[in-house]
Amino acid sequence: MNVLAIDTSTYVLGVSVIKEGQPVGEKMTNIKKNHALRLMPAVEQLLRDVDIKPADLDRIVVSHGPGSYTGVRIAVTTAKTLAWSLNIPVVGVSSLEALAQNGRYFQGLIAPFIDARRGQVFTGLYQGGTGSVENVIEDGLTDHRAWLEKLKSYQKPVLFLGNEWDKHVEVIEEIMGEQAVLAKPADRLLKPAQLAELGIEKTPLENVHALTPQYLRLAEAEAKWMEQNGREEEKR
Amino acid sequence: MGDVKMNEGFKEKDIYVLGIETSCDETSVAVVKNGRDVLCNVIASQIESHKRFGGVVPEVASRHHVEQVTLIIEEALTEAEVTLGDLDAVAVTEGPGLVGSLLVGVHAAKALAFANNLPLIGVHHIAGHIYANHLVDTLKFPMLSLVVSGGHTELVVMDEHGSFKVIGETRDDAVGEAYDKVARTIGLPYPGGPAIDQLAHEGEPSIDLPRAWLEPDSYDFSFSGLKSAVINTLHNAKQRGEEIEASTLAASFQESVIDVLVGKTMKAARDYGVQQICLAGGVAANKGLRERLSTACEEEDYSLIIPPLSLCTDNAAMIAAAGTFQFMRGETSEMDLNARASFPLR
Ligand SMILES: [Zn+2]
Repeated sequence: MNVLAIDTSTYVLGVSVIKEGQPVGEKMTNIKKNHALRLMPAVEQLLRDVDIKPADLDRIVVSHGPGSYTGVRIAVTTAKTLAWSLNIPVVGVSSLEALAQNGRYFQGLIAPFIDARRGQVFTGLYQGGTGSVENVIEDGLTDHRAWLEKLKSYQKPVLFLGNEWDKHVEVIEEIMGEQAVLAKPADRLLKPAQLAELGIEKTPLENVHALTPQYLRLAEAEAKWMEQNGREEEKR
Repeated sequence: MGDVKMNEGFKEKDIYVLGIETSCDETSVAVVKNGRDVLCNVIASQIESHKRFGGVVPEVASRHHVEQVTLIIEEALTEAEVTLGDLDAVAVTEGPGLVGSLLVGVHAAKALAFANNLPLIGVHHIAGHIYANHLVDTLKFPMLSLVVSGGHTELVVMDEHGSFKVIGETRDDAVGEAYDKVARTIGLPYPGGPAIDQLAHEGEPSIDLPRAWLEPDSYDFSFSGLKSAVINTLHNAKQRGEEIEASTLAASFQESVIDVLVGKTMKAARDYGVQQICLAGGVAANKGLRERLSTACEEEDYSLIIPPLSLCTDNAAMIAAAGTFQFMRGETSEMDLNARASFPLR
């Protein structure tokens, strides 16, 4: 199976190709540079390098969020349009689950996180140890402090992975103390080849059109509208 | 490549261009043959969703686009009875517009072009609006376009295909914006343009509102003063305990807008010695404007094109049409094509 995986859910831009089951190429940058300019040229170049034409692809894998709204949309739009026009399946993978793969041989809990501003994080809890990870607590948006207090109550070591590390490492150490296992810089970033592998294990969507970003947060205007309309309903 | 060869090639084989337009709150995909025949022009409007907020919310618009885009592409190809293999190029609006919305169209277009090994063509949204006229009749140069929409008020002179000279533009609000703001003042629902146009036909333009002619030699526009005058008129009447008919106010506002739009267009047409005048953009749907411009062009003997309503508002057929001419000139884009919130029409 030939698989193309793409991720632009954070500052990381990742593209990888698996050819007949083997990872043959990967491109990853972790810089604040425009994904919109760089994603398709990266795909184009990588496929050329590994001698695969778009028509040779059997599956597209994409990290469908959470993460940057715009970044996730760029990748999801690209993935679903590629899959639709090549008439091949597409798999959307949680960007947190894909990131958690960096701890797949870690004997303990894994807490991948993506900064969500104002002291919040997109995060979920995973269990590693056997070369694959199992989800323990579903991905969601949460206050980081409250989340860490909860993790502490497990009284087990927890592996932390995530970019925008400097914003979060202090509070992790403060609350988790000795329980915190801090990943090294290279292990804090989503690895595109692991995203591809994860996408191979998963069942593709039956309908390519149904692939949508998993923002895990309402648009601000939508949230306000819901709040107001909820209040009006209460008044009635 | 010379023009002659292009034209020959054009005649030998039909050119099919798929267009994608997502600059604001419409997800649209069209297939146009030879830059002229609209095989389909599918437009998914999000207006019902944005009505809740009283205007287009960019993040909400972007979310709808990504949910819709491949469905609309599929629907367009089905309706046009064209396969991906029949296409010669993929054209897409690269801007101006809402960046988040544009990015969805741009990435769908890139993926489509890449997967099928087709040229990618980034199109300026205003060029698209102007080329909507080519879907109605052959353009005759030199040509003057009055581009009026929620985001634009421009006078554009073209001496030939692909050459755009913006001779006048708004210094503050776009005309569509002024309509929306005045509609809100009168208490009309969003979107305000069609509501005012309709109301204006029921009233008499008996209130004297200002006309912003600016400097005598300027083709620029300004609508913020007019908008303030409307607000002041309402306010003063209220203070005096008088009631102003909304239809009278709408008619007076519309009269002022159209006087300036038509007046400046006709002056520019004379000054630049154009062969033809074209109306473009969403506000071209305005009945009052269509009527007055038609009358003025008849009186002064100018050939005038006004596209049907479906081609005036944002749509992908116009992008495919403009894209076809760029394709024939060999103006294609690379895979690093970006969405641009604003950039000049050249
Ligand atoms: Zn427009």
